[in-house]
Order: sequence, then C-alpha cells, then structure tokens
Amino acid sequence: MAAINQTPRHATRVQDAQERINNFKEVSLGFDDETMHEEALRCLNCKTAPCVKGCPVNINIPGFIAKLVENDKDGALDVISQSSLLPAICGRVCPQEKQCENNCVRKLKLGGSVAIGALERYVGDYGLQKGTADIKMPEKKGKKVAVVGSGPSGLACAADCAKAGCQVTIFEAFHKPGGVLIYGIPEFRLPKKNVVEKEIDKLRALGVEIKLNMVVGKTITFAELEEEYDAIFIGSGAGLPMFMNIPGEDLNGVSSANEFLTRSNLMGAYNPEAITPIYCGKAVAVIGAGNVAMDAARTAKRIGKGEVYIIYRRSREEMPARKEEIEHAEEEGIKFVLLTNPVEMIGENGRVSGLKCVKMELGEPDASGRRRPVAIEGSEFVLPVDQVIVSLGTSPNPMIKNSCKDIEFSPKGTILVDENTNRTSVDNIYAGGDAVTGAATVILAMGAGRKAAKAIIEQLGLN
Amino acid sequence: MNKILAIKEMAPNVKEYLIESKEISKHCLPGQFIILRVDEDGERVPFTICDYDREAGTITLLVQEVGYSTHKMGLLKVGDSIHDMVGPLGNPTDLDEYDNVLLVGGGIGTAVIYPQSKLRKSKGLKCDAILGARTENLLFSVDEFKKNCENVYIATDDGSLGTKGFVTTVLQQLIDEGKKIDCVLVVGPMIMMKNVAELTRPYGIPTIVSMNCIMVDGTGMCGGCRLTVDGKIKYACVDGPEFDGHKVDFAGAMNRSRFYKEHEDKCRLRG
Repeated sequence: MAAINQTPRHATRVQDAQERINNFKEVSLGFDDETMHEEALRCLNCKTAPCVKGCPVNINIPGFIAKLVENDKDGALDVISQSSLLPAICGRVCPQEKQCENNCVRKLKLGGSVAIGALERYVGDYGLQKGTADIKMPEKKGKKVAVVGSGPSGLACAADCAKAGCQVTIFEAFHKPGGVLIYGIPEFRLPKKNVVEKEIDKLRALGVEIKLNMVVGKTITFAELEEEYDAIFIGSGAGLPMFMNIPGEDLNGVSSANEFLTRSNLMGAYNPEAITPIYCGKAVAVIGAGNVAMDAARTAKRIGKGEVYIIYRRSREEMPARKEEIEHAEEEGIKFVLLTNPVEMIGENGRVSGLKCVKMELGEPDASGRRRPVAIEGSEFVLPVDQVIVSLGTSPNPMIKNSCKDIEFSPKGTILVDENTNRTSVDNIYAGGDAVTGAATVILAMGAGRKAAKAIIEQLGLN
Repeated sequence: MNKILAIKEMAPNVKEYLIESKEISKHCLPGQFIILRVDEDGERVPFTICDYDREAGTITLLVQEVGYSTHKMGLLKVGDSIHDMVGPLGNPTDLDEYDNVLLVGGGIGTAVIYPQSKLRKSKGLKCDAILGARTENLLFSVDEFKKNCENVYIATDDGSLGTKGFVTTVLQQLIDEGKKIDCVLVVGPMIMMKNVAELTRPYGIPTIVSMNCIMVDGTGMCGGCRLTVDGKIKYACVDGPEFDGHKVDFAGAMNRSRFYKEHEDKCRLRG
C-alpha cells in the first residue's frame, strides 16, 4: 500500500487585503494548474466517499478529482456536469466547509480537508473558458416550459428542460438575468461578466429564450402562462427584507442589505460615475452575520472606506456566513461586534447617527439548537454610526401568492411542493429555490431546479 | 418595444408620453405604476400609469422634469424607445364599493387620478374631482375630467382659475356645504396628501393616498420604498402604492423622500 500523501491543504491565491479594499475585482483567484494538481493528489479516493453525502446535489467528488489527477479536465467537467450545472458559481459560493469538506476524512488529522470547492471552481472555470462552441442546440420535441425567475433554480431547471428538448422561456422581472447572482452577490466574490454572464450564454446556446422586464402575475398572468406552456417552474426567489422593528428604523441612512447590494451590484452604483445613487457612510453598522451581511459589509468598506462593523447577537461560532467570507471580511478590517443586539436607531435631523445596542450572553439552547442570547441588564451603549444596513433575511414575497390563487402555500407564505418532484398543488406547476425553502443557498436552489426539471421531463413524456 | 408614439407638452417641463406596450396595457388598471430605465446606464424610476388603451396597446405617462433621469427622458423624441419598462406594478385602486367618490389631484397627481375617473364613467359610477395647481397653465386635462365627472372643482394658488387657494380650501367648502362624500382618493405632493388626510380625519371620510416612494426593484425585494402605516412597516411596491391616508406616517415618508436629493443635484450638474 502506498504511503498516504501527507501534504497539507493548499491555499488558493488571493488578492492582497490592503489592495483589494480599493477595488471590486475578485478576491479569490483560485488555483493555478500546478497547485490544482497537487491538491487533487491529496484526495484519498475513499470508497465510502463521505464528501458526496455532504453535497446537496451529490456530485461524484472523488470521481472528478481522479480525473484531475490524470489532468483530464474534460473528464472532470463531465463528472461534475452529471450533478451540477453551475460549478464555476457553486465552487465560489457554496459553504463547502459545512458540506463536502466537512465530511472529508482528512479534515482533522491529515493536513485539513481536500479543497473540494476550489477544485470544483477550477473545473467550472475551465468549462466556461471553453465557451459555447461545443454546445449543440437540442432537437425540439414540441413541449413548452415557462420558467419564472432567472436565479440559480430557474437557470438549472431551464437548462435541463432545454437539453431534454423542451422549448424554454424564462421570465425575469429585472432588466438583467441572473437573479441573486446578479443583484445579490458582489463582483468581488462572483464576477458577472466572466462567470455569471457566461453561464447564461450557455443557456441561450441551448435555445432558451429569456424575456426581461416581465413580472409573472403582473405583466403576464399565470392563466396566460398555463394556456401557452405545458409546464411552469416558479423560481421567484426570497422576498421582502426583514427589519428589526425597533425605533428609528425609518431614519435616512438605514436600509436593507438587499437594497444596498442591489444598488451596488445590479445598478453598478459602486462605480462613482453610475447614475443610480448609493449612500455609504464613514461608520457603518451591518446587522446580521450571514453571507449577505458579509457582502454588504465588504461592499461598504470598499465604497465608503470608513469603519464597518458587523453587529451580531450571538457569538462567533454561530455566525451563519461561509468561513472564507468571515476570514476575508476580517482581513479587510471589518470589525466584529459580537454578542450585541441593537435596540434603537438614533437620529439627528432625520438621519441615523447612532446605534443603541445591548450586550448579550449565551443562555440555554433554543429551538435551533444554538444557545439563546440573553440581554445583559444595564449594558446599553451607543455605537456612533452614520449608516445602518439590516441583513436579517427575508420573508416570502406576497406577489406570487396574490397572483396564483390555486397554488398552496405554507402558513409562512412559502410555496408548498412535493419533496420528490418539487411539484406544487397544481399539476403542471413546479417550484424551487428560496420561494420554497425561504432564504437558502445557491446549490440547494440549483438542486431544486434540477429535481423539478426531471419531474417536468417525465410528466411531458420526454425521458 | 417601448416605442414612444407621441409626446405632448402639457405644461412647462411636463410632458405626456404615449408609449407602445402591449403587455402592460393589456393588464394594467388605474392606480398601478411602471418602472423604467431611460437608457442602458439609467436608474430605475417609477411612474404611475396615467392612461391606457388596451386595443391600441399603449400606455400614457406624464413626466415632470425634476431630476437627472426625467431630464434625460425629456430628450427622447417620437420614434425613440425607452430602454426598459416593467409593469404594471403595485395594486390597482378599488373604489367600486363607494357611491360618492371625490378624486383630488394636485399638480402631476391630477394625471394619476384621471384613469380612475375614466374607469368609473365606463362602469356607470359617479365621481367628482378637485384639481389643484399653482397657476392656471399648470393645470391639465380639465376638459377630459369634465367628460367623466359630475362636478369638477378647480383650485389655484394664485386664483388664476377657480378658487384661490389649495385643494383643501375647496374640500373644506364642500364638506361645509354638506356634500355627501363616501371616499376621497388624493394624489399629489406628499404635503398635499397629508393635509387632505388631516382635513377629512375628523369627519371620518375614508381617504386613500398614493405614496410615490423611492424604489429600486418595485417587486418587494429591496425594501427601499418602505413606510410606516398604522405603526407597521409596509412596502409601497407590493402593499401599495395606495394606503389609508389616516394611518400613513407622512413625516417619516417625507423625510425619506428627501434622502437622495443631494446626489440628484450633483447628477443634474454633471448631466
């Protein structure tokens, strides 16, 4: 038996922190060819492949890494493509340390988990570099599918349906396709032109039509869609941003992370020449510690160049963001104010000037299994800030519910679907992504889109 | 798509655009709005739909040139196309349950209440209107309103036409005369809507206002258009744009509407 490769995990190349806070270019630069190969050699190719069980779409991870060991990039891409359609995106934004890499047997003893995410990204980028020349337009088989929303779930569903011979039309409310990949995730984490737009080009090469500025339920009704299309997939995304409901939240300088990021990402307001305005203060408090909060904090640092604080009521361990984002944020000088809960936003002349907070301590575990934060009496203090960005997640958008009365919804307002097929209570209407799960991850949304596509293809008799 | 078919000067710096849009004209109803981008780099700006013709496949917008994007819009000519236009957004006005409806419009808001007068006329329902402006040449569509309304009352700040004073001056007179009013729909500057709501409050007359908030997406995603109604956060784009005027926190809404003014002024200098 050959000796186990003892090499510790290789780090990916990153843009220097002091340099990158002055630009919006991608922070992580991925592996070069040589490092990729050395990292691929670290995979033990375990028979039980625990990593695969950690992947929400069960990518054959040892399989694609084995191809990389042989320097067979096309082979690696083929293996990944059986399970994932967006490896260049998921390799960048998946919380790998909680999924595949968390299950890697090397994690604790053998120099750390294999850098599966970075390897996936390498393969994904290779696929994008190949462009659309190899993509053949599938033969149309006379069935039409409408996809509502062009985020990760819609893109995945559209791609699979198109490959099966359906004529697919995506209806997108915004003036640009991509959903959260475009309006939510910043350029420095997910480049638009070189990654997202290329993925969308691939869809177009498959013959998928994308209709922009179309709000389903408003611009076109569900009844009209049902008349023209054989099946409908709803991937309309999460919804209304949640606020804290504390005094002062309507002051100027207070916004949701969604608004701040949409202005910066979709409308390009991080560029000072942009027409769309963005307000960015010199002392910014971002409330929340998920990926969206990290994105907002790091965007604020780059635009405003001032102090940026993450305010979170629990401790470091409970922060829901990807590990890499937390580390990158810290390197960029974002200050973490933990075990701290805002109780009031204080203003002067209608503008926010301070965030009144109370210190917290961790008590007994709550329903989520995490220790419940409890306010420490008399610990109030005011953090002087001139901007507050609230990043506490979303509640479902009432728009689909109001415009499609036949579909059943959960009491929370999310769409109810069959877990095996993602079919709603209406026979030919399917749904997936955040509209079903509430705010979740790109990979789960993509997986849901593919699951629905499989069921649609079966229902339409195309398999 | 979104081709401009006609442009009419309605008043100084106020133009009416007839725009081709089969999808929007097919589904829109009075009270709803669209969001447009004038050109490829444009910001997303909301406008209420002032009229629509389902057969011709057109909608009408009234644009007052007050900021960068509306000035940019003013440079477009007949035959040009608007880069992006999405809608109809927001909820339609539903006043069918009321018999004696009073429509109150101030400035550009006059155009917003017009389709409601037209809809009521087509349904055989009555309404009256109070139209207000600073001066006579800033009033428009008076003749069109006369076709749809039982009575049209005019108020101008300088008294150049109709009653000298504000729309509230006329409204107070009507109430004092004992005119039966079941519901008021008021659209105009926020301060005017606030004053009308304050006037009707003691009489318990249901008063609906249309909140023209700052918006980005217009579909309930960004929360930029939030306002406080009855102590709760509401979103103008998906919960509105119309709200019970007696419950809206106007002071908060007016403060928020001023937020980007500085930037807007900078943009205008540049543009």
